[in-house]
Amino acid sequence: MLDNKTLDFTIDPRDERCVDVLTREMKMARTSRPGVSRRGFMGGVAVGAAAAATTATEITAAASATEITAAAAAPAATASPAKPSALPPSAKTAAAETAAPADQLPVKGTPTSDFMVDVIKTFDIDYVAANPADSFRGLHESLITHGGNKTPELLTCMHEESSVAMAHGYFKIAGKPMLVLCHGTVGLQHASMAVYNAWCDQVPIVIIGGNDLDAAKRTPLVPTYHSAQDIGSIVRDYVKWDDMPVSAQHFAESFVRAYKLSMTAPHEPVMIALDAGLQEEALENHDKLKIPRYVPTAPPQGDTNAVREAARLLVNAENPVIVADRLARTPAGMGLLVQLAELLNAPVVDQLNRLNMPTTHYLCQTGRAQVLIHNADVIMGLELSDFFGTVNAFVDNGEYTQNPKTKAGAKLISISARDYYLKSNFQDFQRFQSVDVSIAADAEATLPALIEEVKRALPADRKGAIDARGDAMRKAWSETRARTLKAAGYAWDASPISTARLSAELWAQIKDADWSLVGSDRMISAWPTRLWPMEKHYHFIGGPGGYGMGYGAPAAVGAALANRAHGRLSVNIQTDGDMMYAPGVLWTAAHHHIPLLNVMHNNRGYHQEVMHVQRMADRRNRPLPNGPIGTQILGPNIDYAKLAQSMGWWASGPISDPNELAPALKRAVEVVKAGEPALVDVVTQPR
Amino acid sequence: MQTKTFVIVLAAAVTALSTAAQAASADHGKSLFIQKGCWECHGTQGQGAVTGPRLAPDPIPLEAISNFVRNSDGPMPPYRREILSDSDLADIYAYLQSVPQPVDPKATPLLQQWADKPK
Repeated sequence: MLDNKTLDFTIDPRDERCVDVLTREMKMARTSRPGVSRRGFMGGVAVGAAAAATTATEITAAASATEITAAAAAPAATASPAKPSALPPSAKTAAAETAAPADQLPVKGTPTSDFMVDVIKTFDIDYVAANPADSFRGLHESLITHGGNKTPELLTCMHEESSVAMAHGYFKIAGKPMLVLCHGTVGLQHASMAVYNAWCDQVPIVIIGGNDLDAAKRTPLVPTYHSAQDIGSIVRDYVKWDDMPVSAQHFAESFVRAYKLSMTAPHEPVMIALDAGLQEEALENHDKLKIPRYVPTAPPQGDTNAVREAARLLVNAENPVIVADRLARTPAGMGLLVQLAELLNAPVVDQLNRLNMPTTHYLCQTGRAQVLIHNADVIMGLELSDFFGTVNAFVDNGEYTQNPKTKAGAKLISISARDYYLKSNFQDFQRFQSVDVSIAADAEATLPALIEEVKRALPADRKGAIDARGDAMRKAWSETRARTLKAAGYAWDASPISTARLSAELWAQIKDADWSLVGSDRMISAWPTRLWPMEKHYHFIGGPGGYGMGYGAPAAVGAALANRAHGRLSVNIQTDGDMMYAPGVLWTAAHHHIPLLNVMHNNRGYHQEVMHVQRMADRRNRPLPNGPIGTQILGPNIDYAKLAQSMGWWASGPISDPNELAPALKRAVEVVKAGEPALVDVVTQPR
Repeated sequence: MQTKTFVIVLAAAVTALSTAAQAASADHGKSLFIQKGCWECHGTQGQGAVTGPRLAPDPIPLEAISNFVRNSDGPMPPYRREILSDSDLADIYAYLQSVPQPVDPKATPLLQQWADKPK
């Protein structure tokens, strides 16, 4: 028996489309089948009370059975004739979507998907993100009945790209994977960009893709369109491992292996293709099935001799520089980097795909990256995604100028787990860079040994020089800060609002809370990482990895979900273009009461792309007609406050006057502290 | 001969710029600053961003800006006269000269909240 409370939705009788859709659904249901199956779950809800529903009276009957309010249904009797908002499905299509075989028999024994849930529950997985689909209906049903919808709890998502990106952001706070269910083929195709981002960003996600392999048993038409011989091929180039288990025992081993590989450095997403038939069949030999024990794989440390050579170069360098990108895969990584940097008084350039170095530390010299790298005699890269780009300049000027940024003879050291795990097709491995000491290892795991080797190798006569370097770094930090503050003061009162002013107003409202910036700041001139005191690993989670748009909004929701367990205030400065890829994630946040402050960086355009077009026009020596075309988000201007409000968020804006920011942000912070999401739409400068 | 020609061309360019500068319109320059896409990287007041350096207030001399705009081989594409005339460039310069001074960080509480010492 269905719980009516779960169907407590309201139809607006003034909306012809609602009446039309309901009427059509009931028509479809009437012509389908006598019973309610999992496949026709929602359609079946209407069937029981709406056997011949084509009129308003029948809509009222349906309402009584489904908790549609009578008030909503009654005025429909006088509504004008419904106009189709889309072509109705044919009887064949409707049957394929909603019908169950008349001779369907109950499963005898334990469904295999129940055992799959038992396997999943052996892991500390709190959430499973999914947009519902028939190819994993067996597992879906088991998760919420046999599994009690707890550890993992289902998160209702509106796009598979959102599911994966939520899992992406979630890991960077929680430090453990989320499970994602994707409908094969189309769901996994939706998800694929987000999977690529996670791959580039070295984030573990366990993805299960439903598939219906047995052509003799699967329903024709839609389910067959959505099946493939090998759905794993959709994402195989950018997952670490995938498998297609064909038995319950096989699933148990595959799932444990998938989780284990995903969590082994370098972390990466993994994928299991799961046959719908396998999920739904009864278990055989249940008592003989075994769930393998999961033992985490220790991350690899660097070779002792190579680490010793790196230490020798570092302690003897006059101007060593440490560049860190994805070093701090856990909070411990930050502490280790501080230890190493302080031993050497070596400046650290944080490339910020993780927060590796406290921004308040005198050796955090990210803003001086260019001059430091230019003057360095030893540069050590820790988990760099692009060592070539770090030490070479490239100019997109038609001649593709590229020159070393380093001085002649500079020694390069690399410690990276990516050295022993690459794939060929996608070019996320970047240009090849030769280095002098190349250590294939997890950098965070290697730092303790490197710190010890540096201590051993430090000659007493270097102490004075190293101390002096520290004094110089303190002075440089203060000078950089003063320059940055001065730069922030330009266009302070401008409208559109400057991104520096936005960052200052926002910081003033959150500084006393336990806050977490759950989005990238690259699009707002990096003011937060330049000025906010970021000292904890969760203060900043970096960017998407593969620079695929559509990551920001869902990743922030996922990270905020992880922060919720710690009572933290999650803040995201959300770009407008990214938001519009899949704004349905706003509904997911509201539905699951995920507290998040989204501050829209609404610059009404794809500004980065403007200059690409301008560059082509300039190179071809012809003016662009009437300014940018195809790169602006104007006419109409999108009202992000209304968009958010429509999906259950508290929202305010658009705000163009910087003096109106503080009260709006203050109210929004109060809403988020009370446990709900809030959005403030701010019309901003491009960057 | 080539040197002589270059000097003549340069002198003509400077003369053209000077003439254009005398009649420059800051209002028109502001429109051009948006229309020609300058603001995309430098901000509506030329305040600068990660994408482009600060241009205003107190812009560098017009001749220096012109030389860069015409000959840039860096991240900014060069704008030749067919794309941006001397007269338009002078108007843009006039606009940049009209941009107000920034706030003083030491007198701005929201900026003083970040005037930290390193740890």
